[in-house]
Amino acid sequence: MSKSSTAGDQPAIEAHGLVKVFGQNRALDGIDLTVRRGQVFGFLGPNGAGKTTTIRVLATLTRFDSGVARVLGHDVISERDAIRARVAVTGQFAALDEDLTGYENLIILGRLHGLSRAAGKQRADDLLAAFDLTHAGGRPVGGYSGGMRRRLDIAAGLIVTPDLLFLDEPTTGLDPRSRNQVWELVRRIAAAGTTVLLTTQYLEEADQLAEQIAVIDQGRIVAEGTSAQLKSRVGSGTLHVRLLDGEQRAQAQQVLAGALEGTVHPAADPLALSMLLATPADATDVGRLVGHALTRLAEAQVGIAEVALGQPSLDEAFLALTGHPAGPATTDQEDVNR
Amino acid sequence: MSTPAAVTGPAAAGTDRIGLLLAGSPARRRAGALAASATFGRRAMLKIKHDPKQLVDSVAIPILITVLFTYLFGGAISGSPGEYLEVLLPGTLSMSIAIVTMYGGARLAKDVTTGAFDRFRSLPTWRGALVFGGLLSDAARYLFASAIVVVLGLVMGYRPDGGAGGVLAAVALVVAFGLSLSLLWAAVALLVPDPAVVISIANVVLMPLSFASNIFVQPSTMPGWLQAFVEVNPLSHVATAARGLMNDAGGTGASVVWALVATAAITAVCAPLALHLYSRRG
Ligand SMILES: Nc1ncnc2c1ncn2[C@@H]1O[C@H](COP(=O)(O)OP(=O)(O)OP(=O)(O)O)[C@@H](O)[C@H]1O
Ligand SMILES: [Mg+2]
Repeated sequence: MSKSSTAGDQPAIEAHGLVKVFGQNRALDGIDLTVRRGQVFGFLGPNGAGKTTTIRVLATLTRFDSGVARVLGHDVISERDAIRARVAVTGQFAALDEDLTGYENLIILGRLHGLSRAAGKQRADDLLAAFDLTHAGGRPVGGYSGGMRRRLDIAAGLIVTPDLLFLDEPTTGLDPRSRNQVWELVRRIAAAGTTVLLTTQYLEEADQLAEQIAVIDQGRIVAEGTSAQLKSRVGSGTLHVRLLDGEQRAQAQQVLAGALEGTVHPAADPLALSMLLATPADATDVGRLVGHALTRLAEAQVGIAEVALGQPSLDEAFLALTGHPAGPATTDQEDVNR
Repeated sequence: MSTPAAVTGPAAAGTDRIGLLLAGSPARRRAGALAASATFGRRAMLKIKHDPKQLVDSVAIPILITVLFTYLFGGAISGSPGEYLEVLLPGTLSMSIAIVTMYGGARLAKDVTTGAFDRFRSLPTWRGALVFGGLLSDAARYLFASAIVVVLGLVMGYRPDGGAGGVLAAVALVVAFGLSLSLLWAAVALLVPDPAVVISIANVVLMPLSFASNIFVQPSTMPGWLQAFVEVNPLSHVATAARGLMNDAGGTGASVVWALVATAAITAVCAPLALHLYSRRG
């Protein structure tokens, strides 16, 4: 395949004004996006924001209603095959044949990538080994755990090393250990030179993996920047405090509001309070501020059972970035109180 | 304030296996249309291997139709089993295969809604490979179902005058017609990717084709409008042609031609339609 039209300095993804309408629903409502080559780009948004739809449009799987998009220098409408040859998609829901074994899944995909029988077998073995799945390779995928399935699904995207990898919510539904494994895989893939666009509902995940983050809500990009830039807009974190005595909650709320900049929310738990911290203008040490606040609570004789400092949840981030809560019905409150 | 999680698990192991793997990628090559179709055919066969229940329709339907209708209608036709099987067996063969075809459409409809389909579609392979690869495994199923009908017939006392050659020719004709129906259901499945809907639509088409035909009843006993339908019903022609070939009856050249024309016509419409619908999906 000719590489003439894909000069290395072009962005991996360049999209302007993407619109996709499902009936009355504007799933994408004018998306502009530029992803540099070699970057891990995070696409952060709640359920129904349009993350999957964006990936499907860019991966040439869905037609769209207006806008232009070039992927690896190729137009997504007129040069589909050129894009498909160099891009891999690992969808939100495992794209595997449940009744075939892991090995057979990879063999079939190897043949579809034009590998010879021998090369396909070799690659399948190598992929299974590198993803720690050799022991499970002979078993039907239907019996895999969520983490194994995810790993195989990502492996299936690497039969031929792609120049661009789309990962749609690669860790949703995984336990913390499997999630860390997937994170490390993503880092290694990126380190090897593949551009990665990953979607997530977790600010922490975008923070951990992505150099550049776009926040999407209701089909629009509502904020974009590096993790540090976004965090400075969102606030530096959330302080969670659990009291020994629920009677003291009003008092504690007053003390905290006086000691720190930000708003204090009583939590559902009658003993708990949480506070989204504003970022201090001069990048002062957050710990010092929090320590100060805790001292003030102690001075006021407020008994504290537990203190935790966590990332702002996606809800809080949305509220801060957009002034309104995240899109329709965000149900999964991330537990930041680990 | 983020707490970078301790890294454990596969990728953390000493050497960077992932990096090596990505650096050592096989060359990109576009799979040929034939190789890709054969791969999808192989995939279908592997699915049968892992889940032989999938063959239930291809086994049960031919047995049911052949045994049931032979004894149901055999009595109405004079003569010994060997004699009425001459009339009925090529008919139950045609009808069995026609009915079995709809399950291929249902399987495709199910396939289309899985994530695996998206991954296949995101590859730069020939867009027809999934549908046409499916036909390869369908053909194997139809041959298998045909063998069941023929063996059952032999057991019940049928002795085809056309011999092995005649039977094989009839089976080939019936299977070819079945494959054209497969393409029709493939188009339906790509239009409405819901197995239950595909089965319903196929039933609505196949019921009149099966019963308003000359398979079980002499058209001369039917009212005129029904006779007119029977005469244009492609399944009637397929059954007549199969009868002629299996019994070496002669005078069935016209039916063979009509059966082939019907097969070619359905294919000519449905193959491009299925391809179009395949690339339009999503
Ligand atoms: N095939 C479809 N038909 C109709 N509406 C659709 C279709 N696909 C997506 N939508 C709608 O488009 C909007 C965006 O959906 P999309 O799947 O892109 O969101 P998402 O950000 O991936 O959400 P999630 O986090 O739940 O995966 C939603 O309102 C969804 O209901
Ligand atoms: Mg999604």
